[in-house]
Amino acid sequence: MPEDTKGTKNGKLKLGLYWAASCGGCEIAIVELREKILDLDAAADILFWPCAMDFKYKDVEAMPDGHIDVCLFNGAIRTSENEHVAHLLRQKSKVLVAFGSCAHLGGIPGLGNLFDRQSIFERAYLEAPSVDNPEGILPQTSCQLPEGEVTIPYFYNTVKSLAQVEDVDYFIPGCPPQAPQIWAVVEAILSGNLPPKGSVVGANEKTVCDECEHKREEKRIKKFYRPHEIIPDHERCLFDQGIICAGPATRGGCGALCPSVDMPCRGCYGPPPNVIDQGAALLSAVASVVDADTEEEAARIVGEIVDPVGTFYRFGLPASLLHRSKLEEGS
Amino acid sequence: MNANFEPRIVGFLCNWCTYAAADTAGVSRMEQPPNVDIIRVMCSGRVDPVFILKAFAEGADGVIVSGCHPPGDCHYQQGNYKTFRRMPLVEALLAQYGIEKERFHWGWISGAEAPKWAQLVRDFTEQVRALGPLNWKRMFESKED
Repeated sequence: MPEDTKGTKNGKLKLGLYWAASCGGCEIAIVELREKILDLDAAADILFWPCAMDFKYKDVEAMPDGHIDVCLFNGAIRTSENEHVAHLLRQKSKVLVAFGSCAHLGGIPGLGNLFDRQSIFERAYLEAPSVDNPEGILPQTSCQLPEGEVTIPYFYNTVKSLAQVEDVDYFIPGCPPQAPQIWAVVEAILSGNLPPKGSVVGANEKTVCDECEHKREEKRIKKFYRPHEIIPDHERCLFDQGIICAGPATRGGCGALCPSVDMPCRGCYGPPPNVIDQGAALLSAVASVVDADTEEEAARIVGEIVDPVGTFYRFGLPASLLHRSKLEEGS
Repeated sequence: MNANFEPRIVGFLCNWCTYAAADTAGVSRMEQPPNVDIIRVMCSGRVDPVFILKAFAEGADGVIVSGCHPPGDCHYQQGNYKTFRRMPLVEALLAQYGIEKERFHWGWISGAEAPKWAQLVRDFTEQVRALGPLNWKRMFESKED
């Protein structure tokens, strides 16, 4: 980063943090820095962090362009508000970082791309068993009340990643990004030692399998298991045991946290370098281990996989090749 | 309305069987519509799911994957086994994406089955034509949604 980015009066880095469509786990990940958060505070002034401190959008709007040195943006783009703030923070930040799976690839909210606005509203506000909505009221962007007009953001049909609506400088993957990796990135920012624009930082160049300690043998699978259907052997590769593990199709950097406790990798760090489509890569990996010598047997074994899109694209549907399920024209 | 629509179909054909059949069909002047863009691959087992997804994402209305009959016809012994292990999953994936199953065909045509290839091209083209354009990109043209 150029020298002039630290041009505050006290010489501190000016940091912004924001959450769009996300669960809040990325905010927890920052707090997971634990006592290092004091070092962060010593090195940086936090100018905007709605989750933790009281800031308003107008405070950001009042800043000169490029005032924030680094903005860590987590969450996907689900509503017009998310997109508006993405544009605003791009304008006000020198470096915009897509922080966490949702901003990086669309994340778990991105699975909503298997549906559309109408079907999501109907499910959430009419059909769900716990809903009490006798008048069948669905959210409206504008509503007239005695006090005046009340507006809420527009809910998009399609969830997008941050890079699909704004120019992003760096990507920190993970659901959530792991604290040591976040700290490594903060240190890189402070030292000005940053990689080329567009890089994925705070992660490795190899797959999760590279960091995983389970022993791999030849895979010949007659039946796939979901995690709750089997108690896996702690030594052997989970994939060898028929549990679909996204490790072979996922960028490393987490330290293979999930496999280390016998849970299969779910793919949150996104595709490894040079893989175009994480889900297609995982699909290929899954199909290649099927032990079937007839078409019927192969169809039976892979036919037992529940929810292929949700399994193969759990964290990356919006950023994948097809982005979403088919929308009828005019919907 | 669909009568004027000319579907674009991408066909991934294995070098040793179905491509040979398509070649023979052409040389023998068998009647077939010109809607299938053929991509010769060395083996149907080489067809990465990415090829199929990318074809649809970039505007194909239909995709064909065809190779040598299992068991035994494969030039590489078991390349077509990879195909029949992979393609049912691709089918399931496309179904979840809402892409009609009539837009995707995978199967086997040997080098000696040129008439079968010509028939497939005729039938599949009409099948896709009846469905109309897929036009996947249109969903991302509107900035709002």
